[in-house]
Amino acid sequence: MSVDPRAGLHDESPSGEVREETMIVNLGPQHPSTHGVLRLLLELDGETVVSCRPIIGYLHTGIEKNCEYRTWQQAVAFVTRADYLSPFFNELAYCLAVERLLGIEAPPRAQVLRVMFAEMNRVSSHLVWLATAGLELGAVSLMLYGFRERERILDIFEAATGLRMNHAYFRIGGVVMDLPEGAEDRIREFLAMMPGRIGEYEAILSRNPIWIGRNRGVGYLSAEDALALGVTGPTLRAAGVAKDVRRDEPYCGYDTYDFEVVTREEADCYARFEIRIEEMKQSLAIIGQCLDRLEPGAVMVQDPKVRWPGELEVGPDGIGNSPAYVKHIMEESMEALIHHFKMVTEGVQVPAGEVYQPVESPRGELGLYVVSNGDHHPYRVKIRDPSFVNCQAIPTMMAGGLVADAIAVISSFDPVMGGVDR
Amino acid sequence: MPVERIEGFQTGRSDADAEEQVRRGILLGTLDRAVSWARKQSMWPVSFGLACCAIEMMATGAGDYDLSRWGMELFRASPRQADLMIVAGRVSQKMAPVLRTVYDQMPEPKWVISMGVCASAGGMFTNYAIVQGVDTVVPVDVYVPGCPPKPEMLMYGILRLHEKVRTEGRVK
Amino acid sequence: MRAAELAERVRAAVAETAVVVDVVVARDEVTAIADRSDLLGALEKLRNDTELSFDFLSSVTATDWPGRSPRFWVAYELYSLSHRHRLRVKVGLPEEDPRVPSVTPAYPTANWHERETYDFFGIVFDGHPDLRRILLPDGWESHPLRKTEELGGVNTRYKGAFIPPVDRRTT
Repeated sequence: MSVDPRAGLHDESPSGEVREETMIVNLGPQHPSTHGVLRLLLELDGETVVSCRPIIGYLHTGIEKNCEYRTWQQAVAFVTRADYLSPFFNELAYCLAVERLLGIEAPPRAQVLRVMFAEMNRVSSHLVWLATAGLELGAVSLMLYGFRERERILDIFEAATGLRMNHAYFRIGGVVMDLPEGAEDRIREFLAMMPGRIGEYEAILSRNPIWIGRNRGVGYLSAEDALALGVTGPTLRAAGVAKDVRRDEPYCGYDTYDFEVVTREEADCYARFEIRIEEMKQSLAIIGQCLDRLEPGAVMVQDPKVRWPGELEVGPDGIGNSPAYVKHIMEESMEALIHHFKMVTEGVQVPAGEVYQPVESPRGELGLYVVSNGDHHPYRVKIRDPSFVNCQAIPTMMAGGLVADAIAVISSFDPVMGGVDR
Repeated sequence: MPVERIEGFQTGRSDADAEEQVRRGILLGTLDRAVSWARKQSMWPVSFGLACCAIEMMATGAGDYDLSRWGMELFRASPRQADLMIVAGRVSQKMAPVLRTVYDQMPEPKWVISMGVCASAGGMFTNYAIVQGVDTVVPVDVYVPGCPPKPEMLMYGILRLHEKVRTEGRVK
Repeated sequence: MRAAELAERVRAAVAETAVVVDVVVARDEVTAIADRSDLLGALEKLRNDTELSFDFLSSVTATDWPGRSPRFWVAYELYSLSHRHRLRVKVGLPEEDPRVPSVTPAYPTANWHERETYDFFGIVFDGHPDLRRILLPDGWESHPLRKTEELGGVNTRYKGAFIPPVDRRTT
């Protein structure tokens, strides 16, 4: 005797007709698998997602408005917290934009350091993606492996900048401090260790039938849809479009580095996974090239009207102005003290104008639109965040899929809600 | 509220506490201590990671700074199964009602750690969008400053919370 | 193509319409100042011209210049995938009537960008499929990024010191 498994589940109206209703399920904003506070309203027909509506804004911080009340240098500390998994990219885009408004260029050593730290940040961001994607799809051990490697990178960041995250290391005119002693050796050790670890991740995942089953064919986003929706980054490159700001509109000398723009054709979650693993390898190659071309030199422009006035050094209680510099301004030179005071309180004066500076962050095209009216404060700072635009594509990627695939989709395009909501 | 200095295994009880102890009797006093010890041994946090501090919280739970030493690596998705809420990150005006709802859904006894300066006091974002301190929304037991706090700082905050639970618990 | 060349090409492409008022080159970037009357038509021309082919919209945002007329300036960042050059199109909106046609029919990506601009500035995009707040809570009453709005924030008292929020500090 067979019983219709759907018997009794339909809503029967008094006239006897059977109505099927879809169910609205709220996913988030507090949920372990939403990469931050993303809320999705899923309309489900059984297990199938009929439509999906993302609701964002749960992490809106008012960074853009806050920057207008701070000096140009202070705004770096605000902008860096937008997309908090790739802080160097936020700083890089902002500093490049302001440097274009000022009409200056950072010295060559600073540019190489910027590229090196940015690529290390790309690796650490992709490691967090790998860790959380693994955790959400069931490969829980990847969480520990991803964070284990990330700790090695964060150790280097901490040694060089003083902070593990949200560094404010890239400043207008260069970077704020040179590399400490032994940093280059540590980075080389890291470069020697990392390819083996990436090999481990591939050994665990790449031919794993469960991983393939959960990612192959899931979250399809064609190139036309992606471009129409403004999607950039690994999600766009998975559809075969080789758009990478480092290649198309080079900055910081990226046209002199030897690296590939990785693309795939399948446009599903598995393709995005493959791209990010490949991008980690490409980033390691770029970091190696940076180390080879590091020449001694200044790391900040010399122009006294632009450069950060301090001479930072690591002391017993952390990073601060070196005792020699403090002695100079307090005891030796009144002009230096006045200049230091003015530069720290008022800051740089940036000529009027506007600039849009894109960089390639781990999630796509990160653009900073900076407007100045000739004052000591930014007039308008707009962060064109890749995750904000990529989130628009969620309904397209999820429609017709299963609820379980919804998690795979979100983790595959790697949104960071700090960037989405700013 | 004055912060008590806690040395070694002293319970740090004040005179009022000692009187209360005598009144309740030895049996309940020992039960208090046993239950408090049990509560602190394996507090399960509800996953309430919001922003940058959430990443540091995840790093604290991962291999290098292992939270599982205190039985806390298991972040429960459902607040009904958790007894600790680590508010990790900046709480926006839109998120504040959600924060309160999740807190209300947690069963007693429950504790709150406010991790990072954004959760403790609004942080660097003194503006229209961020709640200037989650203690305006939920009662906080331990504030951990930092932007973001290093995992060691968060662990210190957790250990202070454990001490607080161990010394102040009362079986009702 | 270099900025000056691009500016010439843009001027030529939109010469028949009266929509684009001026094309400015500054800091190696080309900005086209446009009128809101036939914005979609102008953008179509810029997209269909084979030497320009601006087929990708990076961002839509606005800047508030109180005291100037027009007060609001909406900026569209266009990019060409095939030629790899950029163009900014700016439209000025008067204070008493901040409306501009929505470009979502031509560039679907503008959907959330325009919602954010409406949320922050109160600029209404005619023809937008779903114009409502996106980042701020639904019942929020002000448009915070206007210069006439305050930053917000609370006073802080700490160990006898009184610290007002950032926009009210005199030191």
